[in-house]
Amino acid sequence: MFNKLALFIVLFLSSLTIYASPVDTYEFKDEVTKIRFNALTKELRCPKCQNQNLADSNSPIAADLRREVYELLQQGKADIEIVDFMVKRYGDFVLYRPRVSSLTYVLWFGPALLLLFGVAIVVLILRRRAIPEAEKVLTVEQKNQLDNILKDKE
Amino acid sequence: MNKLIRFIPLILFFALGIVLFRGLSLNPTALPSALIGKSFPEFSLATVKDATNIMTKADLKSGIKLVNVWGTWCPSCRVEHSYLLELAKSKRFTLYGLNYDDERELAQQWLTRLGDPYQFSAFDEQGKLSVNLGVYAAPETFVVDDLGIIRKRFAGPLDERVWRREFEPLIIQIENERKQRGK
Repeated sequence: MFNKLALFIVLFLSSLTIYASPVDTYEFKDEVTKIRFNALTKELRCPKCQNQNLADSNSPIAADLRREVYELLQQGKADIEIVDFMVKRYGDFVLYRPRVSSLTYVLWFGPALLLLFGVAIVVLILRRRAIPEAEKVLTVEQKNQLDNILKDKE
Repeated sequence: MNKLIRFIPLILFFALGIVLFRGLSLNPTALPSALIGKSFPEFSLATVKDATNIMTKADLKSGIKLVNVWGTWCPSCRVEHSYLLELAKSKRFTLYGLNYDDERELAQQWLTRLGDPYQFSAFDEQGKLSVNLGVYAAPETFVVDDLGIIRKRFAGPLDERVWRREFEPLIIQIENERKQRGK
C-alpha cells in the first residue's frame, strides 16, 4: 500500500514539470560540445522575443542564431569568440549576464553601494541612540531598590 | 540638519518615481544597432528572382544605398510596400531588398503582384547576411553611404512621416559629406 502511494506521488510530481522547447536535430561530435551548445543558447537572449533565451524561443531569428552557434561550435570556436560574434552583431543586449563596463557599473556595483549606504545609516542611528543611554545614572532611590531586589534573590 | 535627513526618503522616492516614469515611455524594442559606423558585411547570395544569379557586395552600386529587409510572412512589410515603390523612383539612392527566412516562390509572387521596388532582392533563406547585419525582425531598413559604411538601422515600416523624420536629414548629411570630399 505504502509503496503504491509513494510511486503515485513520485509520478504525480514528475508530471508537473513540462518542457516545451523547440527541438533541433543537431548532432554533436562529443558530449562537451553539446553541453557548451546548451549553455550558450541559454546565456544568449533572443533579440526578437526579449524575455526568452535562444534555447527557449521558437522565432525564426532564434532558430537562425541557434544554427549560427552550432556552426561556430563545429568550426571549433571558443565560447568567448561565439559570444563576441553575437555582441558584434546584436550589441550587449544579447547577453543575459551583462559585461562589466562603464555603462553597467551602476548595475553591478549599485546594490553593494546601496547596502553599504543602508548599513552606514543604521550604524549612525544606533550610535546616536546609544550615547544618552550610557549617560543614564541610577538615582539613590533606584539604587536602594536594586539592592533590595538583589538581596531578596539571595 | 536633522530635518533635512527626514526628507531624504521623500527625495529618494521622487527620484525613483521620475526614473520609473521615464521608463514607461521608452520603447523596449528599439535596440541600438551594434553595426553603425561599420562597413557593410560581405555576402554571396542568389536573388529572389533567379536562383542562379549570385550577388555579392561588389554588385551594390556606388552612391547611397538603402537595404530593406522583408519577408512575405511579415504583415508590416506589406504595409510599407507601396511606400517603397514611391522611394524607388528617387535618383538620390538605390534601394536593395534582403528577403529573410522566406520561400522563394512566395517571394516571387509577392514581387509580381505588388510590384518590385528593389534593384535586386537577395534571397537569404538561412539568414546568413541577416545575422551579420544584426537583423532581428522585418521590416528593417539600413542606410549605407557611398563609402559602404552602415549609417543607420531603422526597425519598423517606412512611410512618409518616418522618412521625413528619420531618413531625409541623414541622406542630406551624407550628400553634403560627399560634396565636401569632392572639393
